[in-house]
Amino acid sequence: MSAVPETLKFVPEHGLDTEHHDGGHGEHHDTSGNTLFGFWLYLMTDCILFASVFATYAVLFMNTDGGVSGKDIFDLNFVAIETAALLVSSITYGFALLCAHNQNRAGTLLWLLVTMALGCVFISMEVYEFHHLIVEGNGPDRSAFLSSFFALVGMHGLHVTAGLIWMLVMVFEVLKRGLGTQTVTRLGCLSLFWHFLDIVWVCVFTVVYLLGAM
Amino acid sequence: MSLLGNLTLDAIPYHEPIIMVTLAVIGVIGLAVVGLITKYEKWGVLWNNWLTSVDHKRLGMMYIILALVMLIRGFSDAIMMRAQLAIATNGSEGYLPPEHYDQIFTAHGIIMIIFMAMPFMIGLMNIVLPLQIGARDVAFPFMNNLSFWLTASGAVLINISLGLGEFAKTGWLAYPPLSEMSFSPGVGVDYYIWALQISGIGTLLTGVNFLVTVFKMRAPGMKLMQMPIFTWTCTWANILIVASFPILTAVLGLLTLDRYLDFHFFTNDGGGNAMMYINLFWAWGHPEVYILVLPAFGIFSEVISTFTGKRLFGYTSMVWASGAISILGFVVWLHHFFTMGSSADVNAFFGVMTMIIAIPTGVKLFNWLFTMYRGRLRITVPVLWTLGFMVTFSIGGMTGVLLAVPGADYVLHNSLFLVAHFHNTIIGGAVFGYMAGFAFWFPKATGFHLNERLGKYSFWCWQVGFYVAFMPLYVLGFLGMTRRLNHTNNPDWNIWLYIAALGAVIIFVGIILQFVQLYVSIRDREQNPDLDGDPWNGHTLEWSTASPPQFYNFATLPKVHDIDAFTDMKDKGIEYQAPDEYLPIHMPRNTAAGMQIAGALGIVGFALIWHIWWLAIVGSVGMVVALIARCYASYVDYYVEPQEIAEIEQAHLANVATVKEELV
Repeated sequence: MSAVPETLKFVPEHGLDTEHHDGGHGEHHDTSGNTLFGFWLYLMTDCILFASVFATYAVLFMNTDGGVSGKDIFDLNFVAIETAALLVSSITYGFALLCAHNQNRAGTLLWLLVTMALGCVFISMEVYEFHHLIVEGNGPDRSAFLSSFFALVGMHGLHVTAGLIWMLVMVFEVLKRGLGTQTVTRLGCLSLFWHFLDIVWVCVFTVVYLLGAM
Repeated sequence: MSLLGNLTLDAIPYHEPIIMVTLAVIGVIGLAVVGLITKYEKWGVLWNNWLTSVDHKRLGMMYIILALVMLIRGFSDAIMMRAQLAIATNGSEGYLPPEHYDQIFTAHGIIMIIFMAMPFMIGLMNIVLPLQIGARDVAFPFMNNLSFWLTASGAVLINISLGLGEFAKTGWLAYPPLSEMSFSPGVGVDYYIWALQISGIGTLLTGVNFLVTVFKMRAPGMKLMQMPIFTWTCTWANILIVASFPILTAVLGLLTLDRYLDFHFFTNDGGGNAMMYINLFWAWGHPEVYILVLPAFGIFSEVISTFTGKRLFGYTSMVWASGAISILGFVVWLHHFFTMGSSADVNAFFGVMTMIIAIPTGVKLFNWLFTMYRGRLRITVPVLWTLGFMVTFSIGGMTGVLLAVPGADYVLHNSLFLVAHFHNTIIGGAVFGYMAGFAFWFPKATGFHLNERLGKYSFWCWQVGFYVAFMPLYVLGFLGMTRRLNHTNNPDWNIWLYIAALGAVIIFVGIILQFVQLYVSIRDREQNPDLDGDPWNGHTLEWSTASPPQFYNFATLPKVHDIDAFTDMKDKGIEYQAPDEYLPIHMPRNTAAGMQIAGALGIVGFALIWHIWWLAIVGSVGMVVALIARCYASYVDYYVEPQEIAEIEQAHLANVATVKEELV
């Protein structure tokens, strides 16, 4: 375990599950660094996916086909709480990662659970909003504006849901395996993912809700 | 709601004799293959050494086999179309009714681009790139296996459409509103969507994988500007993949929502905007053609430099020309639809940008010419393909600049001139390149040579056949014939349609000769071994390994001081130095997880095509479970012990010594 890459120097070397497949065995196996870089690259592709749907929203948001526009349906107070839940969950995830780097298993688990709770609040509020809109007859089949709204916000929501499932799996991993190098690397990837979704949401909040409600 | 969704026995096209005969032939060949594997008891070998392999070299060969199989399918479509158009003149309706013909030209485009050219390119990259940078494998070997199986899943879906239901009748672009539910209510467009979507995810993962490999796993000492040129052009292609394939994912996703959940992105009603699809599609589609052709440019560079025995002229300018092409490739997409009705200024911008791409491409051509200048070019099969490319691609490039003039494009848009142009660049550029790379690296990958004479015959058939088949299409474009016509009634066109059909037959002979060449070469492999692993006096590190390379590639990682690292070692006389001792090598184990995950996703795609919702849910859950199981699998790696390495290396060095003695 001598050749731990620079970026992971803070990871203590007594991980519980570092048999072979995750440690630095000489020149060829700084796999943690590769994994984080690879995952970051994947996130950049995800960013372009979001950019494409953002562009679609920008082209179509005025095409209301005689139906409602953003001004009619957005409740900024509601969305503010939703946004706050997600932003705070990024901070709590940061705490979880700090605890993981300090090999504090209980702290990691606690903050992961807090993050999941906040994520669930966010998703529940989004589902409530979608349900409310559909019941009122403003579903995605009503107009191109609503199609692009549901697609953009819904795609972000699916990402958050995937993140929550991933987090649940990580809770079990930390419980079972403790905080070995591989586990901490995975928590690092999830951290990148979670913060990335936060940044995307800031854009959604600004472009869709703030500009739309004006 | 039935348990099988919309799938009934009526989905099998009994009434189409052409399809039923095709299916029967495929069935017979399939049974024969299964029978042969069983007879020679090769199921274990197939499973353990190939299907579950995470070795980049084996995966590369499987990609190329997939590409060759799909080449047969795509070419069958092509020759059927040429036959139809040669028969259906003077008002005759020919033998292919429009609803079948439309599926054929759609399938031909998708298969040739996505399931022939892409796997061929990715296969060559898989085999060669890690060897060229002195790495033991790619960054994520398991993900590499998964990428292959995702591509294969997509290919399976598109082939199922042959016997179950139909394929899209929209053209390979699936432009809405034609591809929307209101105009294409069948399953054809859904097959199109899911085949493309699933294989696209595989390609995206490949892009990420190889970028990490190139940036993180180069041999000690190898600077970025010392990477072999093929590695560089692949790297630009991979940058294009990660930057453009998400756009395809997005646009297909939006079309899916339109078709399945009644959204209104691209519909005529509800405020939809079909042009948004066309813009997004080409924002992926144009970079895609550079993804295909840039690695081919890298292959030509390697071939020309190796067979003239000289260093590549203008390495740095070659790297940056590729970069310029990559970046410019993102600001030309609108030239695919000048006639959409953008303002003159917008059309002019995209026209000028398109013409500018000719400059870095010209830089490359001159670099190749200057590399050959005063060299001693050995006329081998890879060199023939390269020379054929240089002439053919130049013509394709010039007709491209012609089409880049918006005024001219208004006349030629969607005519056969366009069809001739893009075949001229994709066949003359990308396919010729892959053929050159195939012949060039075949001994490296397999350990024996291809039959040179049959290779030359095949090249000449392709080269002559190409001109006979596609030059008439330029003429037909000028005569006003548009693409995707099912039958014609214009006597002026007839002669050109006949010539084009003849050209397709000549290419057909070329393809047959290639398969004969493969058969003969495999049959005579004992007589034509590549013993020392360096058949062409190569310049780069892949030639320093055995043929086929050791499964761990390099016993000790090479130290690199030069672009032509292997030539540098030969100059210093240190090319085959054995180290004092070997260290254990950490290797990944084979796994079936890639097949499981990609297979589950393929089932999801099939279920969604036929609206079998329960199966889609089962498949999705299965996919997630397989993924999580893989994440927590133990037993994923092992160590090769120094003793085994020493034995393998000594065998290689002994072979090298034998060859050297024979030369003396």
